[in-house]
Amino acid sequence: MPTASIQTESFADVVTQVAYARGMPHQRFVFVPQPVMGKSPEELRAYVDGRDPVTGRPVMAEVVDVLTRPLSEEDENPGGFERSTPRWVEPDTEDNLHRLFLEKEWTDRLPIVLPTREKVEAMLAATSHSPDETVGELRPTATREAWSFTVEKVAINAVMAGAEPEYFPVILALAASGVTARGSTTSSAAAMVVVNGPIRREIGMNSGIGAMGPYNHANATIGRAYGLLSQNLQGGSVPGKTYMGSQGNNYAYNNLTYAENEERSPWEPFHMEKGFAADESVVSIFGSCRATSFSLGLRQKFWREHVTNLLRGLDPFESPTLVLDPITARQFVDRGGFDTKEKLIRWVHDNATMPAAVFWDYQLVENYLHPQALNGVEPYAAMLAAADDELIPVFPRDKIHLVVVGGETNGYWRIMGANYHKSVSVDAWR
Amino acid sequence: MEKTGNGKIAVMNPTGHPPAIEPLSMAPRVSGLDGRTVYLVDCRFDDGDILMRQMGNWFAEHMPRVRTETRRKSGVYTERDAGLFEEIRARGDAAILGVGH
Repeated sequence: MPTASIQTESFADVVTQVAYARGMPHQRFVFVPQPVMGKSPEELRAYVDGRDPVTGRPVMAEVVDVLTRPLSEEDENPGGFERSTPRWVEPDTEDNLHRLFLEKEWTDRLPIVLPTREKVEAMLAATSHSPDETVGELRPTATREAWSFTVEKVAINAVMAGAEPEYFPVILALAASGVTARGSTTSSAAAMVVVNGPIRREIGMNSGIGAMGPYNHANATIGRAYGLLSQNLQGGSVPGKTYMGSQGNNYAYNNLTYAENEERSPWEPFHMEKGFAADESVVSIFGSCRATSFSLGLRQKFWREHVTNLLRGLDPFESPTLVLDPITARQFVDRGGFDTKEKLIRWVHDNATMPAAVFWDYQLVENYLHPQALNGVEPYAAMLAAADDELIPVFPRDKIHLVVVGGETNGYWRIMGANYHKSVSVDAWR
Repeated sequence: MEKTGNGKIAVMNPTGHPPAIEPLSMAPRVSGLDGRTVYLVDCRFDDGDILMRQMGNWFAEHMPRVRTETRRKSGVYTERDAGLFEEIRARGDAAILGVGH
């Protein structure tokens, strides 16, 4: 079926890349200005009557041309799809190699450790897995091609991040998750990584004072390695091509990587909720981290109102993960009687509400949840049946999470708009 | 640090392995649009539905012999709508999909 694909101009490089990877390098596109979102019918009619900002030709002349211009020999029999990844980089001086890694966009623009044979071999010695064992696949987003990688490739990126070999099983578990920390989304999402179990102490991770900040080598470099391996093993994270985050996200430098403060939490550790034993070591990955709201403790009189205000500060598309200092975690137990996580999660679910019409008007809800509701996916289908002014819970119960971290210097706590993705055994990668 | 004879360093390539690409031929084009049925498909991203309606209006004004059918894709924009694509294949001559982003 002859098809004209209409794209916004910001995505010209992206769609060209995707078409190539799908085996149709000459696929025909027509471009309109960015943005389409929020424009009136009159403004969008002007787009239709105007010129393609990429080619300069009238948009509708392009549309007709795309559908009617006969195919060339190259259109019918495309070629030139040879791709491979060499194991080694061409030898050069130290300065030139640092420059090359920057030019190739293989770094996060901070200095890296060059992955020499001796450093990579030291990293590989920290796992029982073979260097040539395939770990998994990563891709920048669900609609793009997945690249595969081996244990050795993960080790190379771990070296670049400055990680110590004893961190390597944690980094391998992150790589094996199949969840990228460098999503290409325009929304500038970052990942968040929570580590549970004995590995936290074995490698000296921080779950106390400053755990979410730049004060611990394991926290810092494991999170950085996750970012580097994601971009390099998925085929890149290059602005305009494989990364489209409009604003970018500083969280992405080390992907909010920390250990849960299991010892000071009033509840069971996070990984036990996911079916792991207390003595198993596990990494849990959250995505879509952008929004953060915070407060100090829970006031006796109006804590309920304060917490619901924080929850309404999030876009309702991204479910809340409450990241609690142990002081505040215990306050939730004392103030609300939430002696289990499930009780607090139920309270959040029941109290984070808004009128149905307001909920369904959010752009991300319209893009991602409304189509699911129309297709009968619960709980969205039931939510769609509500009257416009009916207060509906906006966060599905199974998408609300709690993590305890912090050093009890005070009761500051925050709510991250963060979707839980997956928990992976670290022990399996020792 | 391991150096070669001329003082250069050998380091390893950090990038993954791309999958093989299967070449795909593009669908044959139509010789013209007059008298043909063109499906205008809203992919459900942002306000693409408004843009596609304006495109339909343009055809009505400038190429009235083109029959247009406007449809909204089912499901999230990243998902394939097999039912709609079958309808287009059975009843349409060409399709315009928008808006990609």
